[in-house]
Amino acid sequence: MRSKRFESLEERPVNRETFIEPWAEAGLTVISSPHDPSPSLRIENGMVTEMDGVPREQFDLLDHFIARHALDLETADHSMGLPSPDIARMLVDINVPRAEVLRVTCGCTAAKLVDIVRHMNVLEMMMGLTKMRARRTPANQAHITNRLEHPALLAADAAEAALRGFKEIETTVGVTRYAPLNALAILIGSQTGRGGVLTQCSVEEATNLQLGFSGLTTYSETLSVYGTERAFIDGDDTPWSKAFLCAAYASRGVKTRFTSGTGSEALMGHSQGKSMLYLEARCLLVTRGAGSQGSQNGSISCVALPESLPGGVRVILAENLLAAMLGLEVAAGNDALASHSDIRKTAKLMCQFLPGADFVTSGYGGIPRYDNMFAGGNFDVSELDDWYVLQRDLQVDGGIVPVREEDVLRVRQRAARAIQSLFEAFDFAPISESEVQAATAAWSSEEMPHRDRLMDIKVARLMVDGTLTVVDVIRALSEAGFHDVAANILELQRRRVAGDCLQPAAIFDDGFELLSALTDPNDYGGPGTGYRVEGRRWSALQELRQVRDPRSYAEELSPPETQPWLEEIGPALRSDSLEVIIAVGPAFGAEMGRTVGGLSHRDVLNSMVHGVRDEGVPARVVRVHHTSDCAFIGHAGAKLSGSGVAVGIQSKGTTVIHHRDLDPLENLELFSQAPNLDLDTYRQIGRNAARYALGEPTEPVPVRIDSTARLRLIVQTLLLHLRETRQIDADRPPTELRLLPKEQWDGDRPDSEQDGKTS
Amino acid sequence: METDPIRSKTERPLSELTLESVVAGEVTPEDLSIGAETLRRQADAVEAAGYRQVSQNLRRAAELTLLSNQEVLEIYKALRPGRATHAGLLEIADRLESGLGAPLTASLIREAAEVYLLRGIAK
Repeated sequence: MRSKRFESLEERPVNRETFIEPWAEAGLTVISSPHDPSPSLRIENGMVTEMDGVPREQFDLLDHFIARHALDLETADHSMGLPSPDIARMLVDINVPRAEVLRVTCGCTAAKLVDIVRHMNVLEMMMGLTKMRARRTPANQAHITNRLEHPALLAADAAEAALRGFKEIETTVGVTRYAPLNALAILIGSQTGRGGVLTQCSVEEATNLQLGFSGLTTYSETLSVYGTERAFIDGDDTPWSKAFLCAAYASRGVKTRFTSGTGSEALMGHSQGKSMLYLEARCLLVTRGAGSQGSQNGSISCVALPESLPGGVRVILAENLLAAMLGLEVAAGNDALASHSDIRKTAKLMCQFLPGADFVTSGYGGIPRYDNMFAGGNFDVSELDDWYVLQRDLQVDGGIVPVREEDVLRVRQRAARAIQSLFEAFDFAPISESEVQAATAAWSSEEMPHRDRLMDIKVARLMVDGTLTVVDVIRALSEAGFHDVAANILELQRRRVAGDCLQPAAIFDDGFELLSALTDPNDYGGPGTGYRVEGRRWSALQELRQVRDPRSYAEELSPPETQPWLEEIGPALRSDSLEVIIAVGPAFGAEMGRTVGGLSHRDVLNSMVHGVRDEGVPARVVRVHHTSDCAFIGHAGAKLSGSGVAVGIQSKGTTVIHHRDLDPLENLELFSQAPNLDLDTYRQIGRNAARYALGEPTEPVPVRIDSTARLRLIVQTLLLHLRETRQIDADRPPTELRLLPKEQWDGDRPDSEQDGKTS
Repeated sequence: METDPIRSKTERPLSELTLESVVAGEVTPEDLSIGAETLRRQADAVEAAGYRQVSQNLRRAAELTLLSNQEVLEIYKALRPGRATHAGLLEIADRLESGLGAPLTASLIREAAEVYLLRGIAK
């Protein structure tokens, strides 16, 4: 036998993922492999002679590099001598400032670093990241690519991402020869959307370096490092070649960030049985030793590997924290698809989103997943509104700001036109008007007109072989009337000349304001300190286009009746005859005209009147003025009713069948979920009320159950109720109402054909 | 204390690098390149803020401003595993030190030569 519940659970998105037990020999442990070394460090005459149990004679490439460059030897003895739990406590202690923690952690070996974070739970690690990240202001990075490598679409997408506030934009290529054009397209696009966005085109190192040299890119995070010698060599590099490369980029004013992440060594078959976090700690020490200002880590493309193991998501956060503990800028991952399950994906995101990171993601898809050439992407344009709502919910800055549709269309079109003009000026294959229009409005590259890509490939090399330079780009854009875009690209070059991008954790805010670990150092020291989402930024994060003004929304939901159809004919008197009273709330059919379910009050009342008459009982309509509460409206009606039975209805549609002998908060039947009531239900309510009046056995009215109604409509319910409550006249007794003859009503009503009777 | 204006690799002050001068054809790509002095100034600032390794990288970068793109690419290639002999790397280091006044980069390359030999990844 199979349990239907288990069968159903097996279909859940989370069960499309693979979960395995740890297997240390294959490198499949996230932390604390039995093959991980214990922390140790011996320094003799200023030289490291033993590190993490390995004597100098047995050092591999990484050990040699780390021992010579990464450790702060003057403090190392002290650091290594402190108990790891004490250092872990320093990380979460708001009274120990970041700089003081750095003095300790920067003297720690890889095994020691792991031993420190081993004592921390996820919440403590998040506290650590909040305090230890380099830059005070968190930021976010976007991926901009498309399957066609269409230059106008790349420019438009980059412009939109820049407008949304991404501080770095990264592209890549399907075909390497496109790289210069792609880099050019996102440079122009980004500087159209917002001046100061840093850009890069992720390609093989040599090409990447050329792009940086040419001024087409301003940062590079392609410098991959690995935690074992074999994996490093398989990556065709050494710590020294990477260190040289890092200096090479800096020599042209280009920001660099190394990249590493848990699981890569195991995937390459070279884990040596070590845990993923231990190997990542080695990567980060190499990164620091090479003088890279930062690290892109958080498992990155291997994310599903640590996630297959117990504690994997915790350890991904631990890697981010380790990077911050070494003073590195952290671009914290969340870029590669982390789960089929939205719940799991979001839970993992919170580890970086809540504490804030220098870059909360190291690549948010500013394009649909279909067009993401970085193997899919974790979050994409379809989830932007979710991201905005999370920022607003939690008062957390996830690095982007809400934008208006017209502004997005404007910058997209301008970016597409800018690159169109440039192609014209350079005599490249023309970008047509239809390409510009398609790029402006596009969801994805599927909507782009056909383009001769061979022609683009031909000209792409002109951008790196010196035939055309960024100076030519600036001049051509300016001459074509794109002075602002030209000025922004020039300013970016001037900032390269000034070396501003080279400070740790450097980004440019609006107006090219440099935010770095030097100009905007993280000064978190507990509540009320550090980065706070407040003031103008908090206002900006609240301004979602979906947000309504509740004052006008209530009126929009239930506008007043323009043509009167209910007439007050005097005080409502108590009667002795067989009847059902329908008691309506103070605003019903007057100041308000619709229920929360969108039904017109006229139709609702008509249905109930007809329902009562279906059973051969007369209906009398009264308005209650002294209360807006459903139970009391119904009870007030019941007290006037000859039969003792009344239906009470609020303007928002909530309905009760009441009897005068019951206490006000008792009832015969209560229909508390107004959105689930339709006209048939209201008619059935009328019938049931009549049957109670006749003393006949009565089945309760069946009601539709919609578990989302409250979620969807609680605000509307509140606003409508408030609107009615404001119509209360506490001293006024109920009045009798007459439905004006139907020829004076406008519009169609249900039942009008089958029943011509009026009150 | 008055500080000197930031100058490009070609010794032009930043204030000269305007959109007007670019449009007038008075700015070359070299004018938009960072100079060694600026890199050393940034290195000082970064070091003062406690980022020793980043500052050392910027000091090496200052040396590399004197090398052409092609020379930089060639040294990078030589440093990749198995590309250059121990002697070949030392030769590059000597050239950098004596010929180009790049002692810090030279020292990094000498160190690579030594470790590559130990680990058997020199050619």
